[in-house]
Amino acid sequence: MSGNANTGGAPAEYTVVMVLGDDVSTDAIYPGRFMATVLPSETPQYAFADHPEFRALIRDGKLPPRSVIVAGSNFGCGSSREQAVSCLRGHDLTVIARSFGRIFLQNAVNLGLRAVTCPGIEVQKGDRLEITADSVLDKTTGKRFAVQPLPPTKQAMMEAGGLIPYTRRRLLERR
Amino acid sequence: MGMTVVEKILARASGRQSVAAGETVEPAVDVAMSHENAALVINQFMEIYQGTGLEPKVWDPSRIAIIFDHRVPAESAKTATNQKKVREFVARQGITRFHDIRGDEGGICHQILAESGYVRPGFVVAGTDSHTTTHGALGAFALGIGATEMASVWALGLLLNVEVPATIKVVIDGRLGPYVGAKDLILHLIGRISAQGANFKVIEFHGETVRSLPTSGRLVLCNMSVEAGATSGIVPGDEETLRFLREEAGVRDGVHPVAPDPDAIYDRVVMIDASSLSPQIACPHAVDNVKPVESVRGVKVDQIVIGSCTNGRLEDLAAAAGILRKRKIARNVRMLVFPASWRIYREALRRGILADLMEAGAVIMNPGCGCCLGIHQGALADGDVALSTTNRNFLGRMGNPKAEIYLCSPEVAAASALTGVISDPRTGV
Repeated sequence: MSGNANTGGAPAEYTVVMVLGDDVSTDAIYPGRFMATVLPSETPQYAFADHPEFRALIRDGKLPPRSVIVAGSNFGCGSSREQAVSCLRGHDLTVIARSFGRIFLQNAVNLGLRAVTCPGIEVQKGDRLEITADSVLDKTTGKRFAVQPLPPTKQAMMEAGGLIPYTRRRLLERR
Repeated sequence: MGMTVVEKILARASGRQSVAAGETVEPAVDVAMSHENAALVINQFMEIYQGTGLEPKVWDPSRIAIIFDHRVPAESAKTATNQKKVREFVARQGITRFHDIRGDEGGICHQILAESGYVRPGFVVAGTDSHTTTHGALGAFALGIGATEMASVWALGLLLNVEVPATIKVVIDGRLGPYVGAKDLILHLIGRISAQGANFKVIEFHGETVRSLPTSGRLVLCNMSVEAGATSGIVPGDEETLRFLREEAGVRDGVHPVAPDPDAIYDRVVMIDASSLSPQIACPHAVDNVKPVESVRGVKVDQIVIGSCTNGRLEDLAAAAGILRKRKIARNVRMLVFPASWRIYREALRRGILADLMEAGAVIMNPGCGCCLGIHQGALADGDVALSTTNRNFLGRMGNPKAEIYLCSPEVAAASALTGVISDPRTGV
């Protein structure tokens, strides 16, 4: 994944901008009333539209590059709406959760949103993280948490740049 | 080694002798369903073809179904334009299973697929809607996917990344009490195993109670299996499946139910005694916050909703009308009824069910999803409490994060409409 690309110098540092609990639904990430907006270029404006903390981050310009949302288990449960992924992807966010809802995780792989499953993750807002393929290191506290790797096919899709280029390749192979 | 129903279906669809939980397969898709979000699918589909020199052509137009249901009739110019774009694509590609905004053949996608005979036992059904799990009620492996994955299916006819899910066997025995039904069974199950209890797994339903449920009830079980995180719910096809497909869905060709092997391997087994169950209520703001009606009785409600892909079928409307006939809903309550399809609407009209509901004070809406997910009609005020037969009560689900949603059966909804507070239909309302 992209976090390993910088093999030359020190690993890139990420910042936790928001910490959420369990069972954050796609209705919370992307409320239904904005679902008529579908294009990935237009959905980021409605990310967490009813969530005061996230709205404040956008308003105050506090979503620097390599911002991370950390959540509990079952992040992205509920609806299959892909806007819930594209809106976060549009803000260049990484999501680390103890576990993900199935459709959300697949959508994340399909669209190239970095979604890291880290069953034991426990960090605070503001913590600085180092994310590699097998672990998340909280540089603020010194604690290290194991990452559950993506299954090989999902990994291959991420490396291809998402499902669109992956499918395109398959389509051309058939010719 | 024995296989579960879903393992058998995925083996067949992937051209394999057998598959086991944990393997990754690329099954062929028998039905590919979308609703208004086909507008996004089209966008992603076109992007796949960009720079390939190939003409964007779907793999098999006869296997694609598109149903308008989320915002019907269109509530905005934006939606109307999206729908128009889909209509043009459908015509260009020769997609025949297209259900536009029409009183003869329209409705909510999950009802349309079932009543049109598009789904058979053993099928792989993929839909760009999480409640696609519904179709497991007909013995199919049916799962929700995102729009980009559907674009890939339209191009290749395959799901490129199905990790064969482990199966949880749920055995439900015992006779259901009066005013207790399929909705109470599934709410109880979700409360027991939690909103993530079946994540990345399939729920296979067994037991005498499930066998004696009509397809309308099995559709409810599988519809809400996704609320426990399940990839799919499934009721192995049987005599009732054949009856439904022949008598209610007009299927004339061969139907071949798939049963699990006696030595199939299950992740776990959950037993439920239906005879001891009360009507169940999912309380705010989680579908697994489930309590028996006895402990929620008396909560004041402002809006009652009966309908959706979960509980908008003829049996649901008839059950509500049976309680409300020649009576009046409470003055301080608004009651909205959304039949799941226009076929159901017409039949309920013919049988006098809609008249009974209207005379009691209910408002009959056109079939659609809008109210359930807060995108089209039936909005809640700040501080409102809704009691609804739909499937999700997440904060903000019905369009207002300052409102609360309780989920229940049609019988509890109707009984509560009479009193204006959450009520037990068994205690003589």
